[in-house]
Amino acid sequence: MPFLEIKNIKKHFQKKKGGLFSNSFDTVKAVDGVSIQIEKGEILGLVGESGCGKSTLSKTIMQLIPPTEGEVILENDSLTTLNAEKVRKRRLDFQMIFQDPYASLNPRMTVWSTLKEAIITRHGKLNHKELENKVAILMERVGLDQKFMRKYPHEFSGGQRQRIAIARALAPEPKLIIADEPVSALDVSIQSQILNLLKDLVDELELTMLFISHDLSVVRYIADRIAVMYFGKIVETGEAESLMDNPKHEYTKQLLDSIPRISIH
Amino acid sequence: MSLLEVNNLKTYFHTRNGIVRAVDGVSFSVDKGKTIGIVGESGSGKSVSCYSLLGLLPMPPAKIEEGEAIFDRSTDLLSCGEKVLRTIRGKRIGMIFQDPMTSLNPYMRIADQIIEPLCLHMKMDKEKALKKAIHSLDEVGIPEPDNRINMYPHEFSGGMRQRVMIAMALITNPEILIADEPTTALDVTIQKQILDLIQTRQKELGTAVIFITHDLAVISEICEEVNIMYAGRIVEKTDTKSLFRTPKHAYTRSLLKSIPANQVKGEKLYTIPGLPPDTSQIIRGCAFRERNQIGDQNQCLTNSRPEFKEVEPGHWVQNCPGCLS
Repeated sequence: MPFLEIKNIKKHFQKKKGGLFSNSFDTVKAVDGVSIQIEKGEILGLVGESGCGKSTLSKTIMQLIPPTEGEVILENDSLTTLNAEKVRKRRLDFQMIFQDPYASLNPRMTVWSTLKEAIITRHGKLNHKELENKVAILMERVGLDQKFMRKYPHEFSGGQRQRIAIARALAPEPKLIIADEPVSALDVSIQSQILNLLKDLVDELELTMLFISHDLSVVRYIADRIAVMYFGKIVETGEAESLMDNPKHEYTKQLLDSIPRISIH
Repeated sequence: MSLLEVNNLKTYFHTRNGIVRAVDGVSFSVDKGKTIGIVGESGSGKSVSCYSLLGLLPMPPAKIEEGEAIFDRSTDLLSCGEKVLRTIRGKRIGMIFQDPMTSLNPYMRIADQIIEPLCLHMKMDKEKALKKAIHSLDEVGIPEPDNRINMYPHEFSGGMRQRVMIAMALITNPEILIADEPTTALDVTIQKQILDLIQTRQKELGTAVIFITHDLAVISEICEEVNIMYAGRIVEKTDTKSLFRTPKHAYTRSLLKSIPANQVKGEKLYTIPGLPPDTSQIIRGCAFRERNQIGDQNQCLTNSRPEFKEVEPGHWVQNCPGCLS
């Protein structure tokens, strides 16, 4: 039994056609029949260009938007049939890391209050000492000095902010992490630090991860398997390196051809 | 003599928290029709050095402390004054910015934005300018240009907007095009199209290109010469081939080593420890010393900044024994 199973998910948006008072609609098929299975402890890379539906897919998995059709099954529980309150409880088990650490952290909350809030959602009321202890452990886990606990996001660099965002996602002790382009906004040198961190965390905490990116070289490095998405559909899945070395689908080939490579000849 | 020669450019920002030495003695030159790359992490001063050339920095807080930038053997861009600069900027030197979502005016139709340089610099009448604008949109591969030209920027996708920016920057046939991370915000497939486009237009028009990026792979595909910047200075400068074949400076080597594409799967990625130095503090000695793991940290200069020296014909590097070992 796979840890997370996505069964034939469809998300269609209705878009008004013609003028203000017209009643006809166009349907945008953002996600059009996607089925994916992720095993426990696996990192699945999801690749595709902007507009192919990968972010919509991640939002439907998170139950942030309801799917038009299909099922999301997490450890034998069908999330799509649960009511809103139960989803909120279950959501502690799956957390998200976003692309832009400048936008995804509340600028008026210190690291302490950001993390404290997330810990309380899982553990309920704790006394100050216990909380402080948990926050310190989290910060250490993502490579931040705990003396920065009382600082605000703007006092950190981009790489450090992404570490805070990762700590925030880890605070409710999730089992599944959806990372939506977590390194795209970072410099090469910082990018490698964050990739190492994510990989270590997956190994140490036995997390399962859906890693969304348009950068194939990053995905090849971090993911166990890769799924290539194109116009709302998965066109190819496979073991990371064999898919990169030996692409079957025309679109995957085209995607691989457009990566700039360092040539020394 | 080159088309543009920048000598010892120093741009400092005078802020409440002290002087930030964003660009601290940078020299480079561009020849006609050539492409040079400037690479560095965020905050290394690569964009600020190009903005200084075109007078695009708010002064104050920015101040150009020293240096000259001789354009076309006659004009010093840094001291010629706004009036002269206006006849050059947008006409003889064009620029493309990173984010096509914010660099076009959302309230103006593409048509009005794109003919502006023609009407201003070439004193063309509107009708003629419009014809040329439609033609130039066609050249950058925008379908149905006579229709699309009357649209607003939000009706275009990111890649299409960047095409409009390129058409706009090249419409006056500039001698130099400065491209500041033109593909960073775009997808790989679109990135390839845009890079190809810049290259073909460059060949057709004979434009020199200054390409600013932090992506070494992009550099390797399109540049002839590369300058690596670190903490406001150029640490290494050579032709692209020898940079990737025989990188000399420890910073360049660390950068190349930390790219995931060069890495065996399953092994830990190499990371450069620490952070770039704070440029609001005076740096004594080698700026990379703290983070140098690949060379020999103990041999790095501590009391004087390393000088920029030609170690092999055409291969310049900051001469710090620790970073070169």
